Amino acid sequence: MTATELLRVEGVTKAYPGVVANSDVSFAISEGEVHALLGENGAGKSTLVKMIYGLVKPDSGRMMFRGQPYHPSEPRAARAAGVAMVFQHFSLFDALSVAENVALGMENPPPMKELSGRIRAVSTEYGLPLDPGRMVGDLSAGERQRVEIIRCLLQDPKLLIMDEPTSVLTPQEVEILFKTLRQLSAEGTAILYISHKLEEIRALCDEATILRRGKVVATCTPRDVSAREMAELMVGATLTPPARAGTPKGEVALEVRGLSVASPIPFGTSLKDVSFSVARGEVLGIAGVAGNGQDELLLALSGELPAPEGAVRIAGRDAGAIGPNGRRAAGLVAAPEERLGHAAAPDMTLVENALLSGLVRKGLARHGFIDWGATETFAAGIVKEFDVRTPGTHVAARALSGGNLQKFVVGRELSQAPTVIVINQPTWGVDAAAAASIRQAILDRAAEGAAVVVISQDLDELLEIADNFAAMNEGRLTPVRPVQGLTMDQIGLMMGGAHGMEVAHHGH
Amino acid sequence: MRPVQGGGAMLRLEKRPSPSRFWQWATPVLAVLLTMIAGGIMFALLGKNPVEALRTIFWDPLFNAQFASYSRPQLLVKAGPLILIAIGLSLGFRAGIWNIGAEGQYIMGAILGAGVGLAFYPAEHWFIFPLMVVAGALGGWAWAMIPAILKTRFNTNEILVSLLLVYVAQNILASMAVGLLRNPEGGGFPGSRSLSKYAASSNPELIAGTGMHWGVVAAFVAVIGAYVLLQRHILGFHIKLAGQAPRAARFAGVNPQRLVVLCMGISGALAGLAGLFEVTGPAGQISIDFNVGYGFTAIIVAFLGRLNPIGILLAGLLMALTYIGGELAQFMLGLPAAAIQAFQGMLLFFLLAVDLLTNYRVRLAARKEAA
Repeated sequence: MTATELLRVEGVTKAYPGVVANSDVSFAISEGEVHALLGENGAGKSTLVKMIYGLVKPDSGRMMFRGQPYHPSEPRAARAAGVAMVFQHFSLFDALSVAENVALGMENPPPMKELSGRIRAVSTEYGLPLDPGRMVGDLSAGERQRVEIIRCLLQDPKLLIMDEPTSVLTPQEVEILFKTLRQLSAEGTAILYISHKLEEIRALCDEATILRRGKVVATCTPRDVSAREMAELMVGATLTPPARAGTPKGEVALEVRGLSVASPIPFGTSLKDVSFSVARGEVLGIAGVAGNGQDELLLALSGELPAPEGAVRIAGRDAGAIGPNGRRAAGLVAAPEERLGHAAAPDMTLVENALLSGLVRKGLARHGFIDWGATETFAAGIVKEFDVRTPGTHVAARALSGGNLQKFVVGRELSQAPTVIVINQPTWGVDAAAAASIRQAILDRAAEGAAVVVISQDLDELLEIADNFAAMNEGRLTPVRPVQGLTMDQIGLMMGGAHGMEVAHHGH
Repeated sequence: MRPVQGGGAMLRLEKRPSPSRFWQWATPVLAVLLTMIAGGIMFALLGKNPVEALRTIFWDPLFNAQFASYSRPQLLVKAGPLILIAIGLSLGFRAGIWNIGAEGQYIMGAILGAGVGLAFYPAEHWFIFPLMVVAGALGGWAWAMIPAILKTRFNTNEILVSLLLVYVAQNILASMAVGLLRNPEGGGFPGSRSLSKYAASSNPELIAGTGMHWGVVAAFVAVIGAYVLLQRHILGFHIKLAGQAPRAARFAGVNPQRLVVLCMGISGALAGLAGLFEVTGPAGQISIDFNVGYGFTAIIVAFLGRLNPIGILLAGLLMALTYIGGELAQFMLGLPAAAIQAFQGMLLFFLLAVDLLTNYRVRLAARKEAA
């Protein structure tokens, strides 16, 4: 291909106190090219695109855009030059309509009626069904992403940056997105695509730049190499998939029957008639696009959200109306998705955070008086066994990196000899090596006879560790099916297929 | 609008990875120093010698040969109720439960306690005073339960409800002083019989010349109790957790409603106790102007002491000193009462202002010219 060069990055370096996020990074994108930026968490992908989008200034190096020196001082300058970005976390207001949200992101928004017309035009042109009058709070994650994409497309960008766009989508929604991206690319818009999902990159991208620890370690043409080769370039080591023993299943340890509870979260999803059971030694994987009731399911299982009597049974005993500590006493431990603020108190030390959920099962208090010595030993044990990188157990939880805190939180729950384990997003934002060790630890507990429920948006993860599979869709749980023999297509349909397509057609 | 870009150095705030232990303790000292400087300037503008004014407030009450014999015992008399109330408030504040109505709970504790005592008048029994103490705590507790239950049942705002109940309590106090509890032998003057002169109900000075009475003893006990609770007991841990990370507290099994009832109850009971010890001791009787604002000043004391029991003990003594010294300065130098109140207000103002040093680091950053 001899397409015109659009963006060139040359020798860009950016250091933060203690870390070099990008070191002498160079790469180029041509017009209409779909270029993948590949790397583990913390490899420097985000910093690099933030520099291109004007959110961060490089310490040294230079960038050229359409043949001109390009040094955006703020995102507005980047947008003016023709660079648009769809973030991993959406910046949308739930209580406003689609059109109002789009208008908020524009410098000079046209009158609402005209804007709605333009949104409709762009959404049909690119096959992204979206009703401009709907409340964002009622949209699925896939539809929210469409709002962000359309917001970008209205600016007619030359370069579209997408940060992990498929982590919130069903396989069918991914197909729709890819169709849109291919159409954009055919029209000459370049796309910088950040992901760590290798099969997707092989399906979509023309070129890939692989980052490790802030440096470009390789470039490749994704169609010509295998996913495994790319993964090993990304991690810099040979990967071994977690080992698992085919354990015989024991008796049912957790049984959920007809569980319906209202969501305590504004714009949350209520649980509707959820039923499943997990036997000792079994790992049940629950998939679903974010916001389909997974958070509520965790709250209802951990006991933070009271369930109706008889709806939750632990080892055959009714635990519906019992709170978190009662369920812990019965043998159930839980690890919520949000590490800071939910699973751990940010300003408290690791010792205090060990006490937070370890109190009951580890017997860390006598007559209400805390045994700080035993708590300290418990915390130090977690740090050692789960390889938590920290200067000590008396540092605040917020001082740990995301991956290390996740190891601590998961380790804290797994170290309590549980009979039932419930984990939401066990490896979210954790690097590949740490993720592998967390998954191995979960499988080890299952092998020892614990019943495990893993809720995750990472399908690869679920297929790797789960025996049985179910999906959450608008607060309902599909029937549980064995993982063996499931196809990607079946999984996609279980997750709700192309979410929101019908709604958009019957919009009014 | 284009932001003005300065070429020179500018101050930048940087969040610390962990709160600084040094500044946690240094900020109150710095706040006191800044208050002295700003207060000194204010006194100078009022035409008074600032050094003399500060000396009159901070030094003379304790060490001046002429005044110390009177004002030194006053230190404990004034600090006692402040500390007792502030300890109770601090537990709630730590949990994010804002009881602003300690003044009302203080009044109701005094009224109920005094009422029980006066009901026995003129009998002399050993159990009358202990019974009054219980009634005092109960009065404050019950008054605090109103905002607590309204909050847990109907999700009302405890700040507003507890504050407005102060004015209700003041009106009940006035009506008691001229009605139900009025001294029948008082010649029609408002105010109850003297509780301090009725032996069975009096709360005397325990050690002559120190100002130490049962209320001060209770304050010290409360300081120790709160310290143990917060450092060693699971309830104290849950209080801190609920204030810092409410969702993590639920995860840890804390019932937020129960915590509201508990913290409001403890702070109300301690405020009620403070009222009871005051009405039986230093104040001596129920009168229309019985309350002098201890319940509000205790909020400042609680924050000045970093919501820490030992800190509150020191802050209570300091605050009491500014009260006594302030009175002395009014009397000796003719400083207006409003200036003394402004001076006390500055203390809280500076404390909150320098508080950010605990969690943030101030950096001098040379700002590069934008391209």
